[in-house]
Amino acid sequence: MSEKLDWQSASVVQYVHEFERRSRKAEDMSEIVVENLCKSYLSKDGKVEALKNVNLSIEAGDIFGIIGMSGAGKSTLVRCMNFLEVPTQGRVLIKGKSLSDYTEKELRKQREEIGMIFQHFNLLMQKSVLENVCFPLYIQGKKKKEAHARAMELLEIVGLTDKAAAYPAQLSGGQKQRVAIARALASDPKILLCDEATSALDPQTTYSILELLKDINTRFGITIVIITHQMSVVREICRRVAIMNEGEVVEEGLVSDIFSHPKSEVAKELIRKDTGADVEDGQRAVQPVIKSGEKIRIVFTANSAFEPVIANLILTFHEPVNILKADTKNVGGVAKGEMILQFMKDSTQVDAMKAHLKERGLEIGEVE
Amino acid sequence: MWSQEIIDMLIKGIGETLYMTIASTVLGYIFGLPMGVLLAVTDKDGLSPNALVYKVLDVVANIVRSIPFLILLILLIPFTRAVVGKSYGSTATIVPLVIAAIPFIARMVESSVKEVDAGVIEAARSMGASNIRIIVKVMLVEARTSLITGATIAIGTILGYSAMSGAVGGGGLGDIAVRYGYHRYQTDIMFVTVILLIILVQLFQTIGMYIASRLDKRK
Repeated sequence: MSEKLDWQSASVVQYVHEFERRSRKAEDMSEIVVENLCKSYLSKDGKVEALKNVNLSIEAGDIFGIIGMSGAGKSTLVRCMNFLEVPTQGRVLIKGKSLSDYTEKELRKQREEIGMIFQHFNLLMQKSVLENVCFPLYIQGKKKKEAHARAMELLEIVGLTDKAAAYPAQLSGGQKQRVAIARALASDPKILLCDEATSALDPQTTYSILELLKDINTRFGITIVIITHQMSVVREICRRVAIMNEGEVVEEGLVSDIFSHPKSEVAKELIRKDTGADVEDGQRAVQPVIKSGEKIRIVFTANSAFEPVIANLILTFHEPVNILKADTKNVGGVAKGEMILQFMKDSTQVDAMKAHLKERGLEIGEVE
Repeated sequence: MWSQEIIDMLIKGIGETLYMTIASTVLGYIFGLPMGVLLAVTDKDGLSPNALVYKVLDVVANIVRSIPFLILLILLIPFTRAVVGKSYGSTATIVPLVIAAIPFIARMVESSVKEVDAGVIEAARSMGASNIRIIVKVMLVEARTSLITGATIAIGTILGYSAMSGAVGGGGLGDIAVRYGYHRYQTDIMFVTVILLIILVQLFQTIGMYIASRLDKRK
């Protein structure tokens, strides 16, 4: 349907999808239902149970995260959702229909409805960007001319029209993932599965890819399932999350609930590890309020006083300071480590402030 | 030694060697390429594992490859006669050359195809591609550079085998080397044929590598 529409009229598409999404929600229709799913392998070391009785229900139009440490079975689970891996027991229902009821041919047709992107992008290295995006279109039997036109529209969505003739080897990691996203969207899927799609990317690129996924979710109403080991990714983009450990779902719910009240040990551990360093939020980056003022390094030592030093500094001098970097640890009840502060440009109180910090047992050093 | 007669003979020899080598390589690939793909696809971790098909092809390939070419040449004489009507000459030599080349080519194709990143194949499956499409549009395309490098090695090996056919009057440069160098002690002519063979191998190698690197988009 969306194919006939001009991509420029995205707001109309968005409206229609939102309408469809809501009406589907009214019927309580889940896009993906996983029932009592088990998967075991025979390996050299005997039987490995990758999935143990997993139950999940993912709503249409949702962004659903599945998080766990490596080896928790999340990649196996997502591959069961398009039957790249066939479960040993249990069912996977897509829009109420069990995947195991399909013939091989019907299953291939069904897979066109489910796009997938991967950690290592998995692009055809010997084909141009344009031909990579055309690949699923050729599967649908589209002619070259038609496929090329559609592929260019998709490249526009991901912002890579200028790279159409390039080869994957000439692109950065983020650009490769954008091509993979365009390719996954080519067959107009209702579902997009993302298997560690940002794990090979740096924080800034991760952020931009997640923004693109959010955009796709709202514009086209595509249900997105995100497999990751980074809590920051879940926090950034997902609405609901399932936490997996050793082949089982140990906790599931709204991301906001799990962050505020994690019940399982794994959830607590994952939240503890979440430093936010995996996703660099462009909007949350240093605001240019304080520009080019003097920078100092302050070091917390055993002599440092038990008081909120920086807060008190600001209250005393009625002047903001910018914390550029902070790396402190609680060692036996005492803060240890260092911070880099930046004072306001043309501040007249710099010397007084330095003295204030020294009085409280902090060492002060130069930066750069 | 450089009489017109000898020069004509050498030119004819080059022609026969090229004819045997190229025809055998082409025919070898017509059978060896599908066999190699089948080996790669039916293996345990392949696209469509089939232990029986794999084992049969595997054993056949090993048997043929373990017979020395000179012996194969003689063993196949009745078969060659049945196929081309005679057992000597360049055309007759193509028969044992092809038989020897098929399993050799199949093994090289198998290893090239197995080198293709499993992730790319998985991505194609996730898009709903059929196995045939994956083989033709993913495996063979992604393995292109490696396949061409393999073909370059194959053509060099077949050229070497074709020289052996001199032992049974197969024609070509090898035949000349054996007849003049070995039977008539005219080592100078033998040297010239050997140098010509070296030049031919070098030529195929250079052309093959050039094409392979030109077609490689991985940079």
